[in-house]
Amino acid sequence: MPRGIKDKVAIVGMGCARFGERWEDDAESLMVEAFDEALGDAGIDVSRVDAAWLGVGFEAQSTGPSGIPLASALRLPNVGVSKVENYCATGTDSFRGAVYAVASGAADIALAMGVEKLKDTGYGGLPVRSRGLNFDMYGVTGSAPGNFAQIAAPYRTKHGVSRGDLKRAMAHVSVKSHANGARNPKAHLRKVIDIETVLDAPIIAEPLGLFDCCGVSDGAACAIVTTPEIARQLGKTDPVLVKAIQLATSNGWELQHGGGWDGTYFHTTRIAASKAYAEAGVTDPRKQIDLMEVHDCFSITELVTMEDLFISKEGEAWKDILDGFYDADGSIPCQIDGGLKCFGHPIGASGLRMIYENYLQLQGKAGERQRADGPKLALSHNLGGAPIQNVSAITIVGLQGA
Amino acid sequence: MSETGILSYGVYLPRRRLQRNVVFAANRWFAPGLGPLAKGERAIASWDEDAITMGVEAARACLGDLNRADVDGVTLASVTLPFADRLNAGVVKEALNLLDEVAASDVGGSMRAATTALCSALERSRTCLCIGSDLRKSRPASEGELLQGDGAAAVLVGTGTPIAKLIASRSVTIDFVDHFRATGEEFDYNWESRWVRDEGHLKILAGAVTSLAEKAGIAANAIEHVVLPVASAGTVKAIAGKLDLNGEALIDGLGATVGDIGAGQPLLMLAQALERAKPGERILVSGFGQGADVLLFEATEAIADFRPYRRLSNIIGEGVADENYHRFLFHRGLIDLERGIRAELDQKQPGTTLYRKRTAVLGLMGSRCKKTGTVQFPKSKVSVDPNSRAMGTQEDYPLADRTARIVSYTADALGYSPDPPTFYGTLDFDGGGRLVTEFADVTADEIEIGRPMRMVFRIKAPDEQRHFTKYFWKAVPIAEGEA
Repeated sequence: MPRGIKDKVAIVGMGCARFGERWEDDAESLMVEAFDEALGDAGIDVSRVDAAWLGVGFEAQSTGPSGIPLASALRLPNVGVSKVENYCATGTDSFRGAVYAVASGAADIALAMGVEKLKDTGYGGLPVRSRGLNFDMYGVTGSAPGNFAQIAAPYRTKHGVSRGDLKRAMAHVSVKSHANGARNPKAHLRKVIDIETVLDAPIIAEPLGLFDCCGVSDGAACAIVTTPEIARQLGKTDPVLVKAIQLATSNGWELQHGGGWDGTYFHTTRIAASKAYAEAGVTDPRKQIDLMEVHDCFSITELVTMEDLFISKEGEAWKDILDGFYDADGSIPCQIDGGLKCFGHPIGASGLRMIYENYLQLQGKAGERQRADGPKLALSHNLGGAPIQNVSAITIVGLQGA
Repeated sequence: MSETGILSYGVYLPRRRLQRNVVFAANRWFAPGLGPLAKGERAIASWDEDAITMGVEAARACLGDLNRADVDGVTLASVTLPFADRLNAGVVKEALNLLDEVAASDVGGSMRAATTALCSALERSRTCLCIGSDLRKSRPASEGELLQGDGAAAVLVGTGTPIAKLIASRSVTIDFVDHFRATGEEFDYNWESRWVRDEGHLKILAGAVTSLAEKAGIAANAIEHVVLPVASAGTVKAIAGKLDLNGEALIDGLGATVGDIGAGQPLLMLAQALERAKPGERILVSGFGQGADVLLFEATEAIADFRPYRRLSNIIGEGVADENYHRFLFHRGLIDLERGIRAELDQKQPGTTLYRKRTAVLGLMGSRCKKTGTVQFPKSKVSVDPNSRAMGTQEDYPLADRTARIVSYTADALGYSPDPPTFYGTLDFDGGGRLVTEFADVTADEIEIGRPMRMVFRIKAPDEQRHFTKYFWKAVPIAEGEA
């Protein structure tokens, strides 16, 4: 087991553009909006940035290739900019690059940006695109809801959950996120909904209805990271520290090994969670984690993830959800900012948006939706791909001593 | 002792059966004269089928578990070959995983293309698969729309233990133009049916049968099974009367349930004759188009024990009534629907990648690790087995004929499909191996975790910009009682 990076890197500034259908804005203006907030928060000049990472999921629709779009938009002082893409886990991967740069000593101050301009496609949902010349010959180019919907039937079959109970638990996930999103001024969707609305909605991909699916948004989010020492020099007396970052990437086992993975869980999330807890020194996540932002691209994803993060017991997340365990006033709030479902899902920005919310909550700066019990340790889970082949990225941030 | 003749046969019919009364109801205002044809149903191919895919399925039904290495040649007979210049039979060869050392040819040009292929195959000593397959297009409110059906039939000819041997054959060629279609055109142009009957069927076709009977030294009314691929029941009756054929001998053209399947029709009817023939009985097969081919077979003792891979009656019986005429028109490209921006995905197929992966893509060839036995799709440099990082140990392992069971599934209403929702999911093959693929010809109530499925060769996507067709394998539910 490597030593890890716990407490080696601090976040000194974060910014997040308002998510939504930003018809008047392009990727450049979204990045500037997020960066201005972060720069002000950090209280530094742009000349102090030593290196930067740019996360974009669908470059063809927004920025185009390379790190140049970030350097140009922010007029960075000719520092190295790496562009990263790792499906919907792109934002966390961008953050990882910047954090590792600081942890290694290669950079004193580094920037992680995530951006996506998706509302130039002409239709809702993710752009339909090639997944490589080999895949295109024998893979299924299904929609994102179609890919994720496939967890539901194996899950209910394995755990003996009725169609109705599962559908209701899934619906509770979305009702909760809508209630949370309504209290977030930067959220894309700010409308409270009731459970009947979710249950009665048209089916997108069996058994997911319209309200079981997050939409896509335009948006950007970024983080400025540095060493805890420099953070204190900048006046951050109790800086938010990075406790762990772990990525797990599918190697084809789920996809190709007959009789192996049974389709009921995320293999990679379990691996990433175990490693992240070890790195952060978390031994009992259900007791120690105060707050969670997870990749709720679909209600069923959030439901199963509660088990893969070892918070709910396997086969029992649906009960915890219906009990309100993950509600804003529950034991461990999940998506207190509205999540992908309502804050929105600008692909490359989402991982950083999750960290942004945890960063605000840990500092008591989350406004109307601030969790009152003083959260000290917060987890974010950012997933890219499909259940059968994906990248799972987990970040744990916390205060000193957590 | 090895002899030459027909070794096996197989048939493929699409599952959907369009109800003719529904077609007529939509077109009655325009073509009330079609009323007499508005009975029964016809087989219609789905959007993801064509003459190649149906031909592959007929060939698979014909070959069963026969050793594919025994096949030396394959001929695809069709007047609706998807490619004008790319060997269509070559695609069939890849899908069937035949050896590279096979002869392959496309034949077309007329409704007797398949009997011509059969005659040629019987003249040679090698084992050859003769396939007749068509997906014909007729204008809405035409007779052809009601009389035609989609389907394919295949016959394996060669040396071994034949179930029927050729006694005699005869071909005549006369430029009698009952209908025609110029190269590149979509629809046939037909001449008056009364003239076609009197001058074509009753003279050219009946004349060829008469001269064959004379050549073989057999009275026409002594032939136990007669294949006359003529859609009009009245004309068939007239030919039988003129030739003094035994009425019991006439093989049903399946007009009521399938329709005339084009080039494959003589082979579809031959399959029925072979299914009912007893040892020693004679079967006359004919093909008609700018002349005629006539072949006379005699069933051998082996036919008594022959069990087709899939029984014809089962294939006909698996049809599902379809009243969606609108969908049929859309799938045939006869009406355009608003497909949305999602349908604009470029389906360009590089020649290099398809060639490199041809056995996986067209043949559903997986691999099996010689060390661990792990089966996977597709083959890779390093084994997917988590306990063995074996390299270079994978040998070819065909998956197309193995039963697979559903691990996960969905019905996707968001992504573009010509036949929404798109059903797809993960399948585990009995004996190992996993595949994520689309499900074809299914309804929501047929799908559940653990459901056994079998693989079928289908169109994955058309490249509408460059007019290429991408093929791959999909899964269909295994019918009850089917192995």
